[in-house]
Amino acid sequence: MSDSGQAIFDRRIEAEQKIEPKDWMPADYRKNLIRQMSQHAHSEVIGMQPEGNWISRAPTLKRKMVLLAKVQDEGGHGLYLYSATETLNATRDEMNAALHSGKAKYASIFNYPALSWADVGAIGWLVDGAAIVNQISLQGTSYGPYSRAMIRICKEESFHQRQGYEIMIALANGTPMQKAMAQDALNRVWWPSLMMFGPHDSDSAHSGRSMQWKIKLRTNDDLRQSFIDQTVPQIKFLGLELPDPDLKWNEERGHYDFGDIDWDEFKRVISGDGPCNRDRIRHHKKAHDDGQWVRDALEAYHQKKASASAA
Amino acid sequence: MNKITNSALYSYLLGMADDALILGQRTSEWCSRGPFLEEDIALSNVALDYIGRARMFYQYAAEVEGLGRTEDDLAYFRDERDFSNLLINELPNFDFAFSIVRQYFLDVHACLYLAQLTSSTDQRLSAVACKAIKESRYHLKRSQTWVLQLGQGSDESQRRMQSAIDELWGYTPELFIMTESETALLAQGIAVNREDLLQDWTKSVMADMKNSNLQIPDQQWKVIGGREGEHSEHLGHLLSQMQILQRSYPGLTW
Repeated sequence: MSDSGQAIFDRRIEAEQKIEPKDWMPADYRKNLIRQMSQHAHSEVIGMQPEGNWISRAPTLKRKMVLLAKVQDEGGHGLYLYSATETLNATRDEMNAALHSGKAKYASIFNYPALSWADVGAIGWLVDGAAIVNQISLQGTSYGPYSRAMIRICKEESFHQRQGYEIMIALANGTPMQKAMAQDALNRVWWPSLMMFGPHDSDSAHSGRSMQWKIKLRTNDDLRQSFIDQTVPQIKFLGLELPDPDLKWNEERGHYDFGDIDWDEFKRVISGDGPCNRDRIRHHKKAHDDGQWVRDALEAYHQKKASASAA
Repeated sequence: MNKITNSALYSYLLGMADDALILGQRTSEWCSRGPFLEEDIALSNVALDYIGRARMFYQYAAEVEGLGRTEDDLAYFRDERDFSNLLINELPNFDFAFSIVRQYFLDVHACLYLAQLTSSTDQRLSAVACKAIKESRYHLKRSQTWVLQLGQGSDESQRRMQSAIDELWGYTPELFIMTESETALLAQGIAVNREDLLQDWTKSVMADMKNSNLQIPDQQWKVIGGREGEHSEHLGHLLSQMQILQRSYPGLTW
């Protein structure tokens, strides 16, 4: 057996052993990982905005604390993921620049606005719920730092999903106005949540190779179906109406059938024309630009210290 | 506890709670707006500590009041004129330097104040102080490091820090003014003598400023009135945002 880098790499993938930062890896494997992991990191960080929009208006002090802690956790997840991506020799500056130029994507769901308090509940419940389904599968991903970040993140995400669902329970059991607020949020967040799993397998540009390299372990459609199957009973438990008239249990398949996803909307939003795309990038870029003098000052400070100790 | 002490304790607790809530609310505005991700996360942490502190004081205040009101009633159903936070807490986050200098002034104060409050004869207050002082010591470590780094960093950071110090300086005297309630409670060993803290506070601040290439303003000025509900125009906007859901739909469970 040859001991070329490629051969060792192939054997390790085959044996389901992790690839670590210093191991040889194909250039495309690295590139693919940087794309997926930085997209994942950006999603966590841009995802702070819609929920962050309600921190100042949370209806009780307890809810305010839980929400702030939650949004802060998302920032923490972004940080693990940026750090894991940095092990592939991508820098934070490059990743931020790619985000600002539109070259790097993030989860399209965050291009929708959080319009009511119930949206905070629906985002935690559905968006984090969908993310967990995806991330549980990614715990077994072939790149070691990514896998370990996912294991850590999954533990916290399940707390997030519970906090979202708890908000929905309170609203669904509240006044008719609160219940209507919950229903409206469910109706709006449902479809974009399904789109989070990405296009149908037959239309997914990156899926084939990612599966072969065991970066991705389950297909988009497979993950989407799991999410729907686990979520429908939760909707029923809340006593809310199903957001899709075609959602019906299919005895033969052992799964819920569901209606057609509007892929035109998906393409429109992902290519930049969702309700909040421009706001999200402007907000991130403004924070980054406003912080430039702080980062510059830190660098200047450390340079001064270094040259003082060298002298 | 007699009636006079009860009402003094209630207004004392409200003041402490309002200070913590308003600063926590202000600091939470940094979430997703920090100069870099690590700092964004750290600022949210500080905000969380303050909101947590506010809840402990409001819960105690509500019990002392004894009218069946809750922490949320006190936070969400009082108006601008009823809020008794010190003014420094309500000022907007004009820039990162401003928030850091404010936090630094308050952290130095909190460490001194809470150290005294840990030996309050009121066990509940002393327990709150024991928890809070650990947080504040950590906050101070952070804000002190920032003062040093930004004071010595670049010309721009030095200029911004100095300007924040000049802008905030006149809001610090209020930290050392005793209210009538506090004076009454001090006699019973419940509250802390704020006036006694001024000397140590000034000494610490002067030492840190000197290390950091920054200066305390020569000119002394002060703006006061927070404890009496005489606020800046900024507070009303903060409250109208914070209270919107409870005020729009009173009496609901969220």
